Amino acid sequence: MDIAALIDPARFRAPVSPGNRPGDRLIGWLRRMLLIRAAEEAIGDLVLSGEARCPCHLAIGQEAAAVGVACHLDARDRAFGAHRSHAQYLAMGGDLVALMAEVLGKATGCSRGMGGSMHLYAGEVGFHGSVPIVAGTVPVAVGAALAAKKDGRGAVAVAFFGDGAAEEGGVQESLNLARVMKLPVLFVCENNLYASHMDIRLRQPSERVSRYAEAHDIPARLVDGNDVLAVADAAEELIAMARRGDGPGFLEAITYRWRGHVGPDENVDVGLRRSVTDLEAWKERDPIRRLADALLARGDLDQPGLRALRADAAGLVEAAVAEARRAPYPHASSLLGLVYAEAR
Amino acid sequence: MRYHGRMSYCDAIRAGFHYLLANHPEVFAIGQGLWSPWYVGNTMLGLDREFGQDRIIDCPVSELATTGAGVGASLFGYRPIVIHPRMDFMMLASDAMVNQAAKWRHMLGGAASPAVTVRGIINRGGEQGAQHSQALHSWYAHIPGLRVVMPATPVDARDLLIQATLCNDPVLYIDDRWLYDVEGELPEIEERPLGMEGPRVLREGRDVTLVGAGHATQLCLEAAATLAGKGVRAEVVDLRVLNPFDPAPVVASVAKTGRLVAVDGGWRTCGMAGEVVAAVCENLDPRRWRAAPRRLTLPDAPAPTSKPLEAAYYTTSGDVVSAAEEIVAAVPAE
Repeated sequence: MDIAALIDPARFRAPVSPGNRPGDRLIGWLRRMLLIRAAEEAIGDLVLSGEARCPCHLAIGQEAAAVGVACHLDARDRAFGAHRSHAQYLAMGGDLVALMAEVLGKATGCSRGMGGSMHLYAGEVGFHGSVPIVAGTVPVAVGAALAAKKDGRGAVAVAFFGDGAAEEGGVQESLNLARVMKLPVLFVCENNLYASHMDIRLRQPSERVSRYAEAHDIPARLVDGNDVLAVADAAEELIAMARRGDGPGFLEAITYRWRGHVGPDENVDVGLRRSVTDLEAWKERDPIRRLADALLARGDLDQPGLRALRADAAGLVEAAVAEARRAPYPHASSLLGLVYAEAR
Repeated sequence: MRYHGRMSYCDAIRAGFHYLLANHPEVFAIGQGLWSPWYVGNTMLGLDREFGQDRIIDCPVSELATTGAGVGASLFGYRPIVIHPRMDFMMLASDAMVNQAAKWRHMLGGAASPAVTVRGIINRGGEQGAQHSQALHSWYAHIPGLRVVMPATPVDARDLLIQATLCNDPVLYIDDRWLYDVEGELPEIEERPLGMEGPRVLREGRDVTLVGAGHATQLCLEAAATLAGKGVRAEVVDLRVLNPFDPAPVVASVAKTGRLVAVDGGWRTCGMAGEVVAAVCENLDPRRWRAAPRRLTLPDAPAPTSKPLEAAYYTTSGDVVSAAEEIVAAVPAE
């Protein structure tokens, strides 16, 4: 794939090509993407109303990257995220109510109200933690892959990170270590072309982050990150390779976040080179609409069916927020009681 | 392999590794130089040949990735020991230790418990200079969630390594090359939870309390022997576990002696010696003091290289003797 075309929002607006993937599977992916979109819009509203105070980094517009990878993973696998990880958590099957409760700092949250939006955990479905230190989980994922290799049962680790993380030394160390030890880990770079306010062109000599994989002799795929089929095809291939014992892979998904670095604001006024024109153009490459249109065109779905899917997602999110609101805050004892696993 | 009886601190570390590798298949070690005696002395000699190079992993020059990988593997049933042959280089792994290992359990609500052990070796003297000399235990002991242990004796060199590795929390184990030749009598191995361990009185006395950790404890023991010849009965408390820090044994000792010399191989400002003095001051009836407490630490300067500067830089057991004699001789103000 040509990077110049991928970063041009005037391109790749047409419905995606479903190939020979069965309709019910694709409807499942669409359902998941709609749930992520609705959940993140609701979180944005909770931030606006002041009900959620923790920093919330929204991935609205990036749903396909998370879903296209997670659809090939299961509970034995080990996915790790970063600051912008609601989508990955939900794509892996993390509990929606627990996510909303965590964002509101409640004891029923996925991290028992100790983490908030930036520290998510759903080990029961293979999502083993997200943290906001940029690139912080990438070496951890490599270690999870080392454990998987020692176990010899075909599990893989996945490190989700952004284009900014590729500028951290830890990612470079991790790529080298994973390759030299031939570990079953998939590095997934959701390249949304921004690190906080900074355009990638002001930070790197090329927009193509997967060039680092080539430098480390790791097979890489560069795809349209707003095409869930393209992401899924590439992820399937690289994950299968890792499961076979053939070592790490690198998947770069070019995408764009519709909201700012943190919070619901669109950040068109503070970013360098983040213009309203760019944002509106990227909204034309909406990963959800492109999948929905493909399913409508192929006859897997009709308009009432699509409306029902949207209504389902909205209903689930509304109920989850309501349940999270009713939940208690963590007990004061967790302040000291969770520091150590063993008695002092 | 002999696990008990008389042996050196260096051999005791190797005995600890051997025991762990032979009895706990989930244990593995990763670090730079593990296939070479240049880096970790004889503390791991031959372990790669005996247990395989997939359990004793020599690795790229990547402190951050290897330590982070230790954190990651520890989340999935393994008990990795990440080894930094010089503590100075371990600072490149600070994110994995401070931001990740120490925090995950708390910030993820208790579900993820990194059980990684990090071994940092203090390797100084011999004109090695500022970046090949540091003793940074106080830095790490500041971090909630990161247990820090510092063996001063051969038995602790073996047992704290075993306890650290089998602990479900992240632990920093700090050994010191200046101690490798110290000999001791080791009993048979008994697996005990690390949480049971804390400061311990190594020598009893009633005139002055000398407190140290790691090599500083050996200075205290040497000083106590010299002081005994001068009629001063010094009590020596070895801190052993710097975090979580339990000051009670030190407080109990000073309650008895009324005098305290806190000796530390690290710097003075915000260091472990200051923590010891502060904890005793907070917890001891002021009327019990017979003299103001003293700290013996490195001066607040990077390690020099030139011989005479190096001689001035490091604390000796003679310095500990002098400090103890001064406060024993001091007449308490009424």
